[in-house]
Amino acid sequence: MRTLGTSKRAAELAADVTDFRAVRGRSLFRDAMGRFLSNKAAMASVIVLGLIVLFVLFGPFFAQYSNEEIDWTRMGDIRGQGMPSFETGHFFGLDELGRDLYSRTIQATRTSLLVGLIGAAAALVIGTAWGVIAGYYGGKLDSAMMRIVDILLAIPLTLVLILILVVAGRSFIALFLGLGAVSWLTMARIVRGQTLTLKTREFIEAARAGGVSETKIITRHILPNLIGVVIVYASLLVPEMILAESFISFLGLGISEPHTSLGRLIAEGAGTMNYGTLWQLAFPLFFYVTIIITMFFIGDGLRDALDPKDR
Amino acid sequence: MFFYTLRRLLVAVPTILLLVVAAFFMIQVAPGGPFTSERPLPPEVLANIEAQYGLDQPLWKQLFDYFYNIVVHFDFGPSFVQKDRNVNEIIANGFPISLTYGTLSFLAATLVGVTLGIAAAIRHNSWIDYAAVSLGIAAQALPNFIMGPILILTFTLWLGWLPGGGWNGGQWEYLIMPVIALATSYMGSIARITRSSMLEVMNANFVRTARAKGLPSRTIIWRHAMKPTLLPVISYLGPVFVYVLTGSVFVDLYFSTGGLGQDFVNSALTRDYAVLLGVTILYGALTVIVNLLTDLAYAWFDPKIRY
Repeated sequence: MRTLGTSKRAAELAADVTDFRAVRGRSLFRDAMGRFLSNKAAMASVIVLGLIVLFVLFGPFFAQYSNEEIDWTRMGDIRGQGMPSFETGHFFGLDELGRDLYSRTIQATRTSLLVGLIGAAAALVIGTAWGVIAGYYGGKLDSAMMRIVDILLAIPLTLVLILILVVAGRSFIALFLGLGAVSWLTMARIVRGQTLTLKTREFIEAARAGGVSETKIITRHILPNLIGVVIVYASLLVPEMILAESFISFLGLGISEPHTSLGRLIAEGAGTMNYGTLWQLAFPLFFYVTIIITMFFIGDGLRDALDPKDR
Repeated sequence: MFFYTLRRLLVAVPTILLLVVAAFFMIQVAPGGPFTSERPLPPEVLANIEAQYGLDQPLWKQLFDYFYNIVVHFDFGPSFVQKDRNVNEIIANGFPISLTYGTLSFLAATLVGVTLGIAAAIRHNSWIDYAAVSLGIAAQALPNFIMGPILILTFTLWLGWLPGGGWNGGQWEYLIMPVIALATSYMGSIARITRSSMLEVMNANFVRTARAKGLPSRTIIWRHAMKPTLLPVISYLGPVFVYVLTGSVFVDLYFSTGGLGQDFVNSALTRDYAVLLGVTILYGALTVIVNLLTDLAYAWFDPKIRY
């Protein structure tokens, strides 16, 4: 007959069960972070993008030539002597004017990354402010503000950008302003829609019943709840900004010499592709496509991580 | 529905008016004019030319005359730079070309994109899915100004299969590359939107119900899941249609198709105000109309939406 005694093993297991530690509460952001970290495509993209950023930061130390210097000895025969090679020190070859494409590509990549980040940041700030104010206060103000957005959306983007660049002159600041000015519209619409649904939720009502001021409600209760949507959309805006800048530079309206961007380099490379100097197209194109693709994957990863609908 | 359409059309008119006024004044702010050149004209000659185009009138008078001529005579005025042509001719010449290859690219992008997206969603997490997603993302990174040189390099310079440019009355050899160049990046976006939308729909309760009552998956996909899947796609397609027509500058530049995009950029660079305004009005009107059609299509696809 078996006795109903205590089994040593069972006791240990039971001790484990009762020995609960205070589990740290998991915030939404910790959750999202976990999901993002376990997304292989997104993490690989972060690493690749990080490598490109490192290349932009430390690449210039290995450059044998500056981006403005013309290699007079080789510029006469770029097709024959201007190829990418380690011997001559032109790792990516020469461009059409005999400048070192390695230095030029680094410079262009830096510009394009900056344009993407600053353009998206400008769109984020303007669009969020516009959308929150329109959505929260509602009524006539809302319809007036959204009517403006609708009208601006109906103007072809190229026209606005070209006009801004023509009026303000071709400079970095004008370019950033122009890109910011045309890109906040969709952001404003998304934020407004989100604010409209948030506004009717119980916790906002509770805050209002508790006598919280309107500005406090917006900053403490509405904005934090918008962060997910806003971050996701902003991350998708970065490649769009880079694309738009390339588009403008391609027309010859964006950044002017000696500055350059990937769009300009691609345009130059495309212009000379008949002459057998394909590296002039290949290197900028490679960096460009890699940046855009990694940005898309990161944006997708962020959306999967932050969007509560797809869980 | 009828009254909704009517109301939207009534709102559209002031929208387009505002657009024209805004564009009109923005152009005035820009430095330089159609008649500034490196060798300045003698002031008397300049005054004569400006008088001929009515540029010596006060701004409000210019604007009023412009509207008057459009509304009464449907005349968008003469081009300032191309001396023997007027804006009506330029638009009548370029717009059919843009419209032809724009519509074809739009159809190609939609058909291929939606098919890819649905195939990927139905075979979720299979090699078809991965292939379609990779293709979609790669296509998205290739806007028309990148696709242009790549296509010419491959099909004209290396393989020698297709003519490098020209329009030639829209023969198919001349159409292929512009259409592919323009369609690629939109195809990628459409495929990705369709895929994620379809995945969401396939997890919805009504699809589970349809499964539970034993419907074959073909019926579920085509009869039940299709319409809700296409809703977000449609809201994306509306603006794309307008962009395809406006964003065709590079196609026009690369393939010398002679569409409106080229006239648009040239007119902005040479300050040919009349052409610039005419094309802007055309695009603005198109945007408003296409947006309206998108909203109506929305109501047709989703009976829950009532206007």
